[in-house]
Amino acid sequence: MSTPLIEMDNIEKHFGPVIALGGVSFSVMEGECHCLLGDNGAGKSTFIKTMSGVHKPTKGVMRISGQDVVFDSPRDAMEAGIATVYQDLAMIPLMSVTRNFWMGREPRKSFGPFKWIDFKHANQVTMDEMSSMGINLREPEQAVGTLSGGERQTVAIARAVYFGAKVLILDEPTSALGVRQTSNVLATIDRVRKAGIGVIFITHNVRHAMAVGDRFTVLNRGQTHGTAKRGEIKPEELQDLMAGGQELAELEGSLGGTI
Amino acid sequence: MSDERLKQVSAIRRAMIRPELGAICGTILVFVFFFMIAGDSGMFSPEGIQNWGVVSAQFAIIAVGACLLMIAGEFDLSVGSMIGFAGVVIAILSVQWGLPVWLSIISAFIICVALGALNGFLVIKTGLPSFIVTLAFLYILRGLTIWLSILTTRQTIIGGVKEVAQGDPLAWLFGGVILKDLFQWLGDIGVIDTFTRGSRMGQPVVEGVPMLVLWAFALIIFGHWLLTKTRFGNWIFASGGDAQAARYVGVPVNRVKILMFMFTAFCATVFATCQVMEFGSAAADRGLLKEFEAIICVVIGGALLTGGYGSVIGAALGALIFGVVQQGLFFAGAESSLFRVFLGGILIFAVIMNTYIRRMITGER
Repeated sequence: MSTPLIEMDNIEKHFGPVIALGGVSFSVMEGECHCLLGDNGAGKSTFIKTMSGVHKPTKGVMRISGQDVVFDSPRDAMEAGIATVYQDLAMIPLMSVTRNFWMGREPRKSFGPFKWIDFKHANQVTMDEMSSMGINLREPEQAVGTLSGGERQTVAIARAVYFGAKVLILDEPTSALGVRQTSNVLATIDRVRKAGIGVIFITHNVRHAMAVGDRFTVLNRGQTHGTAKRGEIKPEELQDLMAGGQELAELEGSLGGTI
Repeated sequence: MSDERLKQVSAIRRAMIRPELGAICGTILVFVFFFMIAGDSGMFSPEGIQNWGVVSAQFAIIAVGACLLMIAGEFDLSVGSMIGFAGVVIAILSVQWGLPVWLSIISAFIICVALGALNGFLVIKTGLPSFIVTLAFLYILRGLTIWLSILTTRQTIIGGVKEVAQGDPLAWLFGGVILKDLFQWLGDIGVIDTFTRGSRMGQPVVEGVPMLVLWAFALIIFGHWLLTKTRFGNWIFASGGDAQAARYVGVPVNRVKILMFMFTAFCATVFATCQVMEFGSAAADRGLLKEFEAIICVVIGGALLTGGYGSVIGAALGALIFGVVQQGLFFAGAESSLFRVFLGGILIFAVIMNTYIRRMITGER
């Protein structure tokens, strides 16, 4: 078995007296989609932020391609090839698709001391990358606000991939989306995975996870309940693990298995 | 998969629907209006054009700074006080202390840009709204200006700058006019009226293009280029649009915002220096209410008050509308108090129109 792209070994994170993460282990292989499931408050956000360099772990080791690393800032994580797409902070709606796509890494032309953005190149690349993700833009100057929620997530994913992400962390990309948009995003995840990128898909929707996941890890109250491979676990079991068992099982009975 | 619900957009519509559209329409309306009511009053003679041109240029200089700062998501309410302060600093240093005028001007620029940086630093470090922080500076700077001026001269007006600025290597950049020869020639061939009596007989009534107007054009071109063509411009939009999202992709939001506060202070100092050189004096009450006039120009120009959206060209047109209305009502012989009524009306009209245009462009709901 090859080395994982990223490996989190027994990570703990304490905020004062609160133990947000109590020893979480997690890894992603090349071309794999590893789903991280958990209910609200399970510690998913803290865990993502630790991986993307926002928080430093209190205990535990992080490895990138087998090497121990410590991230001091999100910038470090980005440079190591870890890109995070946040649910609601992915894009700036008032700005054009091109401006969003290149934000922070604008390609430039220069003449003497003057430097300006090479919009021709920027627009062309944006159009190409978007159509390779299955979105045909009317024009690259159109504002992101005119795109649907799913398309915005896709722009953010396309951007991360174009700028050389090896590991892509997706923070609940489907939770605010409708049915069709969700399937678009899931298709994008599949496409990205096939390109050899490791995807960490955070969600609390078991069905979305089952649709694309290769492995599943459930986080509950800052602890992992183990990792299962595709085919080894049923959706109902995942759902139970996420909710911590009992209560939901009872609730499910009274709701006729609709959750 | 293209969305069949998106209509194809015609080239004309695409060229029309832009942030400046409201300001362009406003400008046309205002000019048509004044052509009708004041067309024969001399408002559109060379002298008249110079009159409202200079006033508009003054607004434009501070509007460019306010525009970029607003797009970066912040306000500066201390612009007006900064104008008074910068002027008094120049006058005290040159007239009272006897420093060369060029050194006084440079000192004023350094002090004011540093104050702009302090404004920005406080906003970033405290996380308070810039509205509050710069409101404090509105009072602090105005008070300091009056105190300094009375302390050194026992007056709130310091004169005598014109005399010490004679032959100064830097002062000409802010006062006086250029293209004198061209205008003299235009006068000689009769395009521009010439004085028929007195010591300036034979000279054209409009001497040339004031340096102030040149500054306005230079700042507008620079601001527009910076905002729309450069990487830094993209960061200005991003900082105002969503500072956190911008930080996540590595935009140095704090640096962008502080630099924009400094640029606003720079523009205020340009305004102040031109005014001091023109009048030959500085007064502690100069620049009163200029911060609001700058913000009005910017908002008429289509910028969003909450940041992330706007246009320098729009702000410049806002300044033109402001200047033409203010001077035009005077030419039309209207009651001067009506100016404010008119201005308020234009402001409401422009903002409503701009809101619609912005929704069309950005898909806001």
